[in-house]
Amino acid sequence: MTASPQIHTDVHAVRFGVVVFPGSNCDADSYDAVSTFTGAEARYLWHKDEELDGLDCVILPGGFSYGDYLRCGAIARFSPIMTAVRRFAEDGGLVIGICNGFQILLEAGLLPGAMHRNEGLKFVCQLVNLRVENAATPFTHRYREGQVIQVPIAHMEGNYFIDEAGLSELEANQQIVVRYANESGEITGEANPNGSQGNIAGICNRKGNVFGLMPHPERVCDPLVGGVGGRGVFESVINTVSGL
Amino acid sequence: MKAKVYITPKQGILDPQGVAIERALPALGFEGVGGVRVGKYIELELPDGEGAGEEMDKMCHKLLANPIIEDYRFELVPD
Repeated sequence: MTASPQIHTDVHAVRFGVVVFPGSNCDADSYDAVSTFTGAEARYLWHKDEELDGLDCVILPGGFSYGDYLRCGAIARFSPIMTAVRRFAEDGGLVIGICNGFQILLEAGLLPGAMHRNEGLKFVCQLVNLRVENAATPFTHRYREGQVIQVPIAHMEGNYFIDEAGLSELEANQQIVVRYANESGEITGEANPNGSQGNIAGICNRKGNVFGLMPHPERVCDPLVGGVGGRGVFESVINTVSGL
Repeated sequence: MKAKVYITPKQGILDPQGVAIERALPALGFEGVGGVRVGKYIELELPDGEGAGEEMDKMCHKLLANPIIEDYRFELVPD
């Protein structure tokens, strides 16, 4: 989205919660992305919290929750707050998992599939092009279908795997939200940074209220850091919640 | 009793670590090695009693392994 952000008068009605796990390191970026650049309200939630009262959207941020011990997200999934997040999601609340947050959602079974190590075995830290495959979700409707946005990735385990049956189901239900693409929006092998099946970078659940993605939209919300390609995610949530 | 748990990537799933090791071995003069799979080995102490195997299976399924991408097997060793 290249347009400048729209500031809505009732924007402060939208409340985001950012979960802080031991080892989260993108919590402050996520907090800033929603509170500074979109003007919504944000508050931190500790992994031991058990209530999500009054929130419209919960963000599970990137990082290395619990040191990534055993598998990425495997331990975080049992945090007290995850029981509340599961309930929140079941009640239709909006949940975004970014990078490690996505891994946690997969481990928790709130999204299908699993992550394993990048095909190239290296930690990848770079700007990638994403093609918006589904612009009808609460997280992406500020984009156009087929739009290419630039968002950074930074991960070691972002190689998305799902079995054939699961992949068909994702495709049939338009659950693939963003894919790694080249500048022109073509889905190519070269544009795939980690070996993910079908160049999948982000998916949503069947109901469409839980969204996980490996790229970091919260890192591209300020022109000062080189782009605002990620702002549309948070603006979409704000518009959804405000009924705009 | 003690349990020994072996976790490996599911057959048919690419194991990039295994592939890297497989490619490195010939460079050291070890020719003809194939099928390298890198997994995890976990040891733990369990209370003695019946149903230990069943408990262990649940533990593996729920936490120790991710059944979507990993296979597991375990041995129970009485003290």
